[in-house]
Amino acid sequence: MTTDTTTKDTSAAAPVPGETVLDARGVTMRFGGLTAVRGVDLTVNAGEIVGLIGPNGAGKTTFFNCLTGLYVPTEGEVRFKGEVLPPKSFKVTAAGIARTFQNIRLFANMTVLENVLVGRHTRTKEGFWSAVLRGPGYHRAEKASRDRAMELLEFVGLDHKSEHLARNLPYGEQRKLEIARALASEPGLLLLDEPTAGMNPQETRVTEELVFAIRDMGIAVLVIEHDMRFIFNLCDRVAVLVQGEKLIEGDSTTVQGDERVIAAYLGEPFEDAPGAEEVAEVEAAEAHAEAAAEAPADTPADADATAEAPADTPAEADADAAAEGAETTTDAAPGKENDR
Amino acid sequence: MTTQTSAPDTPGARKADAPTGLIPLPEKAARALALGGSVLTIVSTFLAWTWTAEFPGDLTVYGYPGGLQVLVLIGAIVATLFALSSYGVRGLGWLAPSGPDAALKFATLATFATSWYTILSISTELGGLVNLEPGGFLVAAGSLVALAGALALPFQRPEPEPIDPDDSGWEKFKHGAAHQWETIKAVFSAGAPRPVRALPAYAEILIIVAILALGLTVFTYGIGTEYDEQFIGFLITAGLGFAALNKAGLIAHASQITSRHQSITTTGAFVAAALFPFTQTDDQYATLGVYILIFATVALGLNIVVGLAGLLDLGYVAFLGVGAYAAALVSGSPSSPFDVHFPFWAAVLVGAAASLVFGVLIGAPTLRLRGDYLAIVTLGFGEIFRITANNLDGTSGPDITNGSNGVSSIPNLDVLGFDFGAQHDMGGYTIGRFANYFFLMLIITAIVVLVFRRSGNSRIGRAWVAIREDETAALAMGINGFRVKLIAFAVGASLAGLAGTVQAHVTYTVTPEQYLFAGAIPPNSAFLLAAVVLGGMGTISGPLIGAALLYLIPNKLQFLGNYQLFAFGVALILLMRFRPEGLIPNRRRQLEFHEDAEAPTLLTKAGA
Repeated sequence: MTTDTTTKDTSAAAPVPGETVLDARGVTMRFGGLTAVRGVDLTVNAGEIVGLIGPNGAGKTTFFNCLTGLYVPTEGEVRFKGEVLPPKSFKVTAAGIARTFQNIRLFANMTVLENVLVGRHTRTKEGFWSAVLRGPGYHRAEKASRDRAMELLEFVGLDHKSEHLARNLPYGEQRKLEIARALASEPGLLLLDEPTAGMNPQETRVTEELVFAIRDMGIAVLVIEHDMRFIFNLCDRVAVLVQGEKLIEGDSTTVQGDERVIAAYLGEPFEDAPGAEEVAEVEAAEAHAEAAAEAPADTPADADATAEAPADTPAEADADAAAEGAETTTDAAPGKENDR
Repeated sequence: MTTQTSAPDTPGARKADAPTGLIPLPEKAARALALGGSVLTIVSTFLAWTWTAEFPGDLTVYGYPGGLQVLVLIGAIVATLFALSSYGVRGLGWLAPSGPDAALKFATLATFATSWYTILSISTELGGLVNLEPGGFLVAAGSLVALAGALALPFQRPEPEPIDPDDSGWEKFKHGAAHQWETIKAVFSAGAPRPVRALPAYAEILIIVAILALGLTVFTYGIGTEYDEQFIGFLITAGLGFAALNKAGLIAHASQITSRHQSITTTGAFVAAALFPFTQTDDQYATLGVYILIFATVALGLNIVVGLAGLLDLGYVAFLGVGAYAAALVSGSPSSPFDVHFPFWAAVLVGAAASLVFGVLIGAPTLRLRGDYLAIVTLGFGEIFRITANNLDGTSGPDITNGSNGVSSIPNLDVLGFDFGAQHDMGGYTIGRFANYFFLMLIITAIVVLVFRRSGNSRIGRAWVAIREDETAALAMGINGFRVKLIAFAVGASLAGLAGTVQAHVTYTVTPEQYLFAGAIPPNSAFLLAAVVLGGMGTISGPLIGAALLYLIPNKLQFLGNYQLFAFGVALILLMRFRPEGLIPNRRRQLEFHEDAEAPTLLTKAGA
């Protein structure tokens, strides 16, 4: 339970073969006439970090909400460890899926420790009578909960602030607290909704390490993110969602090299041609990409150049990761702007 | 009355200027005036203020103070002590951990306001200044001099904000007014208190005993005030005196010490409350005591629903009514259609269970709503209860509640041979009927306090607060929102029902008109909510103090008559404007409403 995990190099984060934790099949979500998510399949295996990317409005958050029980998919089903997800978000948490929110949703007027203790809710049973009568069982359970919560705070590095109000924490620490709170429910799968939004590169790097450490605890992680460097460093597999449909899924190289992804992010083929037409166009683009992929040396550079506006080869990125320089800041920022 | 801003640090050049007072006087003269005026005021309270005993309280006696003079004397003594402390007299330093000046200003203001209020009421009631004896003029002069001296003490003036030259006249006026307001706030502001020194445990417990004794004395005095002038004088002195102690930093110290010994403080508070009937010679004020206690207990129950779980319940008094009706119907009252006479313990269980069932019945369909919708629906259900009780009279519906006549002649309780209706002698003190019920009600209050404290600081209490803070996030943390809210609703309802069972016996009669949404007599939904808001949401002592004030003020100020509700509304508006977190704020809420205030960020005790 210590944060000594320094798995910085992405090569070490090879997919660990494990059982399928999350299995979403043909998830479709319609709001009236609008189809926000259309027939998306996604699996997450134990010990895996999976990324979910896509331009704004692609349906990432809607899909996330289908996974967390906030929405019940119109069609298709989501299975967690073989069981179909219950349609209530608190039951989903009890089943073992925890989440964080895109815009931080801490309990602002509770202390840091209390926030994490609330996360323990599903793993403790003490009800009203137990609280009022305060038998020995109550004290034991409360102490166990507090110990576990303190461990988690130590894990994210907030144990020295356990009595502070959550609202008074700086932004980065609020994000960490949200992760600690989600971990308190002892999940099998952790869903992170833009965990690095608004963070500077140093904080992003720390979050990256934190996510690796969580993966090493045996928790599968599904991340939505706009920061491409973060996603491609972190994830074993990346799925791309565009206009409610899954465009492609694969490891970083495959996704980065895919013309359709590039097209989707730059927005050209989809400008005003939704529906069947776009598929044809995308297919054409795909064929084009395959042709380009013949020259293997080209691919990584090409992909990076498009995924992030300023050209930046993976080799360079690695060097940056090691050197941890200020250039990273300037490099990443425009790239991120492009994504949005 | 609640100026929270600390004196701003003026940087650079302005530091060179010696800070001056509101009234231009040298500092030494100002301090001497404040001390001299206070001493003069003390002396004058031993003189006669008027020649006739027509003014209540008999202020005609030389030699010892009476009536309002006592209040002025107390204020003047406090002011003198603060003045001496500001001279650095040895042994008085502990009086003002955050500096004596602001406290001295409030103390002299309290003395001044009370004495001038007295003098003016004597003059207007008896017709003219001729009715004043020399002592009256002396106290007026003494308290004025003391106040002037205190106001002449130097303070840190706030920096005026630069004026925009394009401002229109009105905007300039507003700007100037704002600056003056800031200056006045700065006059009465104090620094942060020094941290309290660690004292040996016995000394801290003695301090707690002293604080509780002081609280009991103040409460007993307030409840025992015999005429309007005395009660108003009491409110002025107590309010401004409390502000003085607060500015001196003593309140902060006291709360630090009491929070170190929470169980002792709570037990001590109950012992102090139990001593209240022994301070009374007849049953007159014990009546007030028991009604306040009923009101306060129900308000505390409501605080679980509103303060912890954040569910705005505007029909809460209905649960009190259900408990009272249930207890009345099984009490063996001749007007009850059920010919049963349950022992008290069974009646309590029936009352609490009936309220619980009613609470779940109302809660189950309504708790799916959030915010305003919930408030409206609970308001409706509260009225439905009252109207139903009115109609179950045998003509409009089955004969259960005896309609608008209510269930009357409820017999007195008899628990283990102890007749609550009779007088008892205990160690030389006579304990009357209402005092008996006061003790019984105190036990109920203790139960409610226990439930509030323990449930508030536990898994279920954290879930309540989480739901209040952010329901979506709470659901995502695995909290079954509906279930948890229903528990809060049901717990609140049963606690109110518990209080209702005692209320039925105290009042002899239970009628539907006792359980209105808003009315002039306190236990009604609007006043209950107001007690919670006035006292401070989410705290234990807040609703107790809020309820005591809301019960006493209309009860003592009979002259307000029809303007009671109006005055009540104005008071609430002022409170919302100047102290939205309530009189005894929960630390969380205080930070919520005063984000700019220095936030020490540490919450030493969780929950309540």
